[in-house]
Amino acid sequence: MSQYAHPDALVSTSWVADNAGKPGAVVVEVDVDLKAYDEGHVPGAIAWNWTTQLCDTVLRDIIPKAKLEKLLGDSGVSPSTTVVLYGDNNNWFAAWAFWQLKIYGHKDVRIMNGGRKKWLEEGREVSKDRPVPQAVVYTASAPDLSIRSFLPDVQKAMQSKSAAMVDVRSPGEFTGEILSPPGLPETCQRGGHIPGARSIPWGKACNEDGTFKSFDELKKLYEGEGVRGDKPVIAYCRIGERSSHTWYVLKYLLGYKDVRNYDGSWTEWGNLVGAPIETGPAK
Amino acid sequence: MKSEEFARRKEHLCGWDAEITSYRIGETYYCHVDNVSPGATVSRAEGKTREEAENEAIAKAKERLAQTRKVAR
Repeated sequence: MSQYAHPDALVSTSWVADNAGKPGAVVVEVDVDLKAYDEGHVPGAIAWNWTTQLCDTVLRDIIPKAKLEKLLGDSGVSPSTTVVLYGDNNNWFAAWAFWQLKIYGHKDVRIMNGGRKKWLEEGREVSKDRPVPQAVVYTASAPDLSIRSFLPDVQKAMQSKSAAMVDVRSPGEFTGEILSPPGLPETCQRGGHIPGARSIPWGKACNEDGTFKSFDELKKLYEGEGVRGDKPVIAYCRIGERSSHTWYVLKYLLGYKDVRNYDGSWTEWGNLVGAPIETGPAK
Repeated sequence: MKSEEFARRKEHLCGWDAEITSYRIGETYYCHVDNVSPGATVSRAEGKTREEAENEAIAKAKERLAQTRKVAR
């Protein structure tokens, strides 16, 4: 892990086994809901429900500052706490939480390499206990929106070709063959991708055990698609969680300076009246 | 408690590649079925045996995967 640009943002399952529960560190399992957590989780880990605790489902937005402050405070997280995130789906939702914590300025956030899958596959200790953290008062920073793209930014970047656009969805979603991942509800009207986007599915950044590929492998992967970090990068998927995983890879493992997550993603762009799209393989 | 008897395998369900993962925690077997591309969990189930958990998760996954339509071009 030492080759990564920010190796301090990634910890191994062994590190978590040694450090979970120690003062100054809070381990959080972040999933789309709490079903996986309730099966059994890293001993001492608390849970965040992505759907209800990390999204504003009324505004369709990230949670506002006050809600994040309450979530972190209730979780026993102070500004100096090391927050270690992991989850299922190869850390998709953990990466979303990481991105959101960075938006609100939390300094020490780390991802557990390999996520829940690796922890279970290694046959490590699990617990069904739900810890009750001692609440603290948390004050977050004003949101840093330099790591987030909104629709007008993406429209401008598409027209001016001023940013590398990375579509991290599956090839079938990219080409327009399917409108959502197999087995999940369709949430957009059209299939295809944002004109000019490169197709680099998020999973290409991971090994079979869920851990991240090496720095050299990642560099080769993204540079091979023309994503070199010499200009801004905008990552998108369907709802922004897979692309937060790629955002993390590009910014924290490869060290690209200007990387943004377009969380509106395909469910915004694909539903826009009159927005240009491309179908089929990347041109 | 530990996660034990962890196993995963790939199968083709209703025309889609799926990964079936099952394991035991305590006295309960858990199973989840993910689509291989992109890797999202499609269904989860639990049971007293691996077979029971897998059968239920696979049945739910098949029902959901069968609803995925390919867009004609």
